[in-house]
Amino acid sequence: MLKHFITLEWKSFLRSASFTSNLVLKIFMILAGLYFIALFLILGAALYYILEESQMKPFPVVNTFIIYYLFGDLIMRFFLQKTPVMNIKPLLFINIRKNSIVNYTLGKTAISFFNVLHLFFLVPFSVVLFIEGFDPLGVSCWFLGMILLILANNYLNILINKKDLLLYIIIGLIVVIAGSQYYNLFDITQYTRSFFMGLYEMKWLVIVPVILCGILYEITFRYFKKNLYLDAGLELKHEIARTENLTWLNQFGTLGTFLKNDIKLLKRNKRSKMTIIMSVVFLFYGLLFFSNGIESYSAPHWKIFAGIFVTGGFLLNFGQFVPSWDSAYYPLMMSQNIKYRDYLNSKWWLMVIATVISTVLASFYLYFGWEVYAAILVGAIYNLGVNAHVVLWAGAYVKTPIDLSTSKNAFGDKQAFNVKSLLLALPKIALPLLLYAIGHYTLGSTFGFILVASAGVIGFAFRNKVFAIIERVYKTEKYKTLAAYKQKN
Amino acid sequence: MIHVTNLSKTYNGTTVLNIENLEIKKGESFGLVGNNGAGKTTFFSLLLDLIQPSTGHIINNSVQVNNSEAWKPFTAAFLDESFLIGYLTPEEYFYFIGELRGQNKADVDALLAKHEDFFNGEILNNKKYLRDLSKGNQKKVGIIATLIGSPEVIILDEPFANLDPTTQIRLKKIIKELAANPNVTVLVSSHDLLHTIEVSDRIVALEKGRVVKDIHTTAETLQELEEFFAV
Repeated sequence: MLKHFITLEWKSFLRSASFTSNLVLKIFMILAGLYFIALFLILGAALYYILEESQMKPFPVVNTFIIYYLFGDLIMRFFLQKTPVMNIKPLLFINIRKNSIVNYTLGKTAISFFNVLHLFFLVPFSVVLFIEGFDPLGVSCWFLGMILLILANNYLNILINKKDLLLYIIIGLIVVIAGSQYYNLFDITQYTRSFFMGLYEMKWLVIVPVILCGILYEITFRYFKKNLYLDAGLELKHEIARTENLTWLNQFGTLGTFLKNDIKLLKRNKRSKMTIIMSVVFLFYGLLFFSNGIESYSAPHWKIFAGIFVTGGFLLNFGQFVPSWDSAYYPLMMSQNIKYRDYLNSKWWLMVIATVISTVLASFYLYFGWEVYAAILVGAIYNLGVNAHVVLWAGAYVKTPIDLSTSKNAFGDKQAFNVKSLLLALPKIALPLLLYAIGHYTLGSTFGFILVASAGVIGFAFRNKVFAIIERVYKTEKYKTLAAYKQKN
Repeated sequence: MIHVTNLSKTYNGTTVLNIENLEIKKGESFGLVGNNGAGKTTFFSLLLDLIQPSTGHIINNSVQVNNSEAWKPFTAAFLDESFLIGYLTPEEYFYFIGELRGQNKADVDALLAKHEDFFNGEILNNKKYLRDLSKGNQKKVGIIATLIGSPEVIILDEPFANLDPTTQIRLKKIIKELAANPNVTVLVSSHDLLHTIEVSDRIVALEKGRVVKDIHTTAETLQELEEFFAV
């Protein structure tokens, strides 16, 4: 049975459309993976000695903070790890027991990169502990306990992805714990340190991670099995639809027609809702910079960086996937009487509106002084003048179809925010940072602001020119784009 | 109305469509039949400029479709569900298409009212998004949407598939009405010989991308086609 599953999996991997078409990105991801592996290996081998050097007791210190290591792992997983997908429908009526289908689907997540990665930290670290004369049995129990907790995280992440309520509870919990630690109200590490030390000292405590991991596996297993019906987890949930005419947009003519559609697109698909959530998260991203919470962020040019992100969350997240948002019905768009200019205009206006709203909402940054808000305003101008065009331009070459509805399928993936989108966002940030730095270090911060803002204004002037270029790209890429979008459908 | 000249489409050395010359007159009701892989959908996709011809071209009402977009205002098509916007309700979808074709809400409402029996009470005011409708009901929406704004060329790929018997009969009535209008050219493809013969006054059969039959429908057409396809 297992053999069959594995051959199916292997074939679906080798024959997937994205495997062949996205080789460059694949190589890039592999390099990134290798980088992290190297990082963890070095950290695992050296951490003990680093801590010893700085006059601390390495093992207790690690055990104090390992709880945050686990929290961090969970957060990283939520954003980056895909939940298990397997083409289950064709297997349901075949002579395979449901238990084996679910066990396999869940079991294969145990060998995910996100689990294996931790071995590269834990193995060298444990070896160092052996060398330093710690009790071998105790170290083994500690090691085993950690692996099981990582696995528990793995299954917890799957559940979080299926149940939004659980997500909010866990986010709330982490925020409260980290917050009360920061303000010295309640120090969870006091308790968790005793537990993690206990894994080493009292060995039998390893039963706790065993049970925890077992329970989480069982819950996930039951959840999946219960939903293994066409009208349960495998079937899309039917929402009650309400016709919205949004007639107030009619005054904008063709632009209004598209805007109406885009607003519905954003409201009614989980994938696009994620974009809105991300823009809210980005809105608060600036706090990291302006509250001086992180030392390396306090250099002056990072202010602009924050300004771009605070106001550009929606712009960067949404814009880079134009026209992929419309990939499911791209043939319709291409055969209707639509002018590319109108189509682009609508997306552009949407980004403008969102950026203006973000800028207004970001006024709470005035608390940190006018200079901070000035940086945000300048960031907004640059976003509107330059980035809005650049993302649309870059998006015209992106040919990854977006499946708006995957998130509604219990066995699908819902991560709208992925590594790719992070990578594509970078070039739009470097230029304003550079401009500001030039201004700041020659004539002062005001000159820096002026430089960045004028870049934005100049960009504005080129709007029609850039739109003409994007239109041309759309036309020349039309057939390739249609073919690429079709692959998923 | 539609001139096809030396049209061919080749994928990796395999020619999937090769039509030397085909002319479809204005007002004609044109039926395209053929087995799977005969090139029907490829032909329609070329007609809508969704794929590029390897050689030759199509002229739709004196507009060469792969050079100019001027054919779009008078051409309407429904090939598959990628012509539907899943997150809209049927009403919103009709109004959207209507606005793109310069129709106001009242025009669209009038058209929908006319085809109320075709919808059989399962489409309008049903509190469902298009993505949640069954395949057959999705098809009904797509077909009626092509009628918005009185296009001169209407292209329907496999319109009878997935429809229930009652709706098939109603659809035949709609297509016949369109065919009766001398300004409207209807192009329909199907696997079902009987349906196609009923609604078309000219039938072209494709086999491996080539035109193998081109006949005006008469009483004997069905027999002729059945003999041809019975291999």
